[in-house]
Amino acid sequence: MKIAVCIKRVPDTETRIRIGGDGASIDESGVKFVVNPYDEYAVEEALQRKEKAGGGEVVAIALGPDAAQETIRGALAMGADRGVLLKADRVPADALAVARALAAELKDGGYDLVLFGKVAVDDYNHGVGPMAAELLGLPCVTAVVRLELEGGRGVAEREVEGGVEVVEFALPAVLTADKGLNTPRYPALKGIMAAKKKPIEVKPAALGETRVAVTALALPPDRKAGRIVGEGPDAVGELVRLLRTEAKVL
Amino acid sequence: MAPRFEGVDFYDVGSLLSEEERAVRDTVRQWVDERLAPVINHHYLEGTFPRELVPEMAQLGFFGANLPEEYGCAGLNNVAYGLIMQELERGDSGVRSFASVQGALVMYPIHAFGSEEQRKKWLPKMAAGEVIGCFGLTEPDYGSNPGGMITTAKEMKDGWVLNGAKMWITNGSTAQVAIVWAKTGALDDAAGIRGFIVPTDAPGFSAKDQKGKLSLRASDTSELVLQDVKVGKDALLPGSKGLKSPLSCLTQARYGIAWGALGAAMGCYDEALRYAKQRVMFGKPIAAFQLQQQRLAEMLTEITKAQLLVLQLGRLKDLGKATPQRVSLAKRNNVDVACEVAREARRLLGANGILVEYTAMRHLANLESVYTYEGTHDMHTLILGEEITGISAFE
Repeated sequence: MKIAVCIKRVPDTETRIRIGGDGASIDESGVKFVVNPYDEYAVEEALQRKEKAGGGEVVAIALGPDAAQETIRGALAMGADRGVLLKADRVPADALAVARALAAELKDGGYDLVLFGKVAVDDYNHGVGPMAAELLGLPCVTAVVRLELEGGRGVAEREVEGGVEVVEFALPAVLTADKGLNTPRYPALKGIMAAKKKPIEVKPAALGETRVAVTALALPPDRKAGRIVGEGPDAVGELVRLLRTEAKVL
Repeated sequence: MAPRFEGVDFYDVGSLLSEEERAVRDTVRQWVDERLAPVINHHYLEGTFPRELVPEMAQLGFFGANLPEEYGCAGLNNVAYGLIMQELERGDSGVRSFASVQGALVMYPIHAFGSEEQRKKWLPKMAAGEVIGCFGLTEPDYGSNPGGMITTAKEMKDGWVLNGAKMWITNGSTAQVAIVWAKTGALDDAAGIRGFIVPTDAPGFSAKDQKGKLSLRASDTSELVLQDVKVGKDALLPGSKGLKSPLSCLTQARYGIAWGALGAAMGCYDEALRYAKQRVMFGKPIAAFQLQQQRLAEMLTEITKAQLLVLQLGRLKDLGKATPQRVSLAKRNNVDVACEVAREARRLLGANGILVEYTAMRHLANLESVYTYEGTHDMHTLILGEEITGISAFE
């Protein structure tokens, strides 16, 4: 089974973000970068599918700067076979441009399955996976929490508002992984050493025209200080009133 | 759950590490946060070693990680190996001790002094965690002076017969195999000391858990008794010769301890800093008080010095230049620093600092053992004294 996993280098979710001098990007100095957490589920799923099939290839593909090679090597350390870096100075805000560059790479790859994380936690776009599927003319299932593959078909479960949706699809297909699909493995120390010897092909990303640009970034406003409305049972009435009329949560 | 550990790195020492070294550190760091931290308090209070974690530790490659890949090991350099020890001991000194003994005191001598057959027989199984080992050098009456040991190995027609007792043996009751050091000649001849691979189920071999420990409670510490234990000729480590053989194992282990103690210190500092920012007294966080700021400044200074020290020691070790004396300096300094940091962290935490919910008191109690084992602090002082002056104060 030949599987592609598209991964993105993003700031660690616990990093304290500072806005850069241009007001439209983050200041990357001192920021720790990690693989997008949802992409880790995609990598793990690809590895499990290959192991279950008893063979095949898992290719980790990232679009981004040279530093994204470290992100790719993380996937190689987990067990992916080789990597491809579609090099771009920065990842454009235009999801369609990114999807085009990835689709161009994926098109003639002969993949049975293309996996993405359901969303990148830095821009929260949810866009690249489904757009790439569209460009490739492949069926797409997003936010997959359970997956079964049999012959040339697959059944996936998605958690939708208030329930579970079961979807059937034909392979090859593009899937985006949600939390709960699996538990990503730790990169074992031998895997980290082996990753050094696995190939990463670097080529320019065919981004084309980008039609969306970030013009401004702002940090969320500081949270207002809380208010103590009183103490003891006597305060309950006033608290309930304020929760109803002011906070409007009751 | 405790917040994820982000490391302590005031001098950007991380930038002196290779990408692989950082990746190794991060794997172990994450494993400790997710797998060890949630269970360590329970084991510490119960006085049990978290044995259920051994298969995962093996699968991730924590055992004998600086030994070659052909024996099932990870083939890491010594800095990456040190970083494993650092992160494990941030979890608990007892768990780091387990890995140290398995790797540096059992797998290392089999690799260094064993025959190719012995290496092939034991190392892959030990890397996989299928066989646990222990190291028998110290005796009830011979601690800092191991050359005085009275355990003997007598050569017979078809093998060896071992007699004696070993004390303070980490993993002693857990192990399937023991590296036992014994005198093959006269009792006053330390040159006759040889190493033996002894299966712990051999008739006459017994291990007894040492009760009443108030330190390293999540570690198995045992006394070994060998009474007419018969082993084959193939039990002898052919390359071992004299006291320098077991001492070279200790150099390996001490190297890991220098890194490990630093990890415990980093964990204590991190905990103390978080606490100081959150704990409000007299209307402001205690971090705002000069006395606590001094504590934190001293901790960070000593940790930073210790980090640079072990990193350079690791680079020297990869070049074959980490002499036993250089290792002594690092073990002596870093364990001492870690004891101080743990103690000051415990004090900064006030009454909460004595609770198991915080790590400082457990680390402090553990580090008192680490201060004493693998060459006491005092012995390392004398080793350095001899190195500096050329005059031994103990021989």
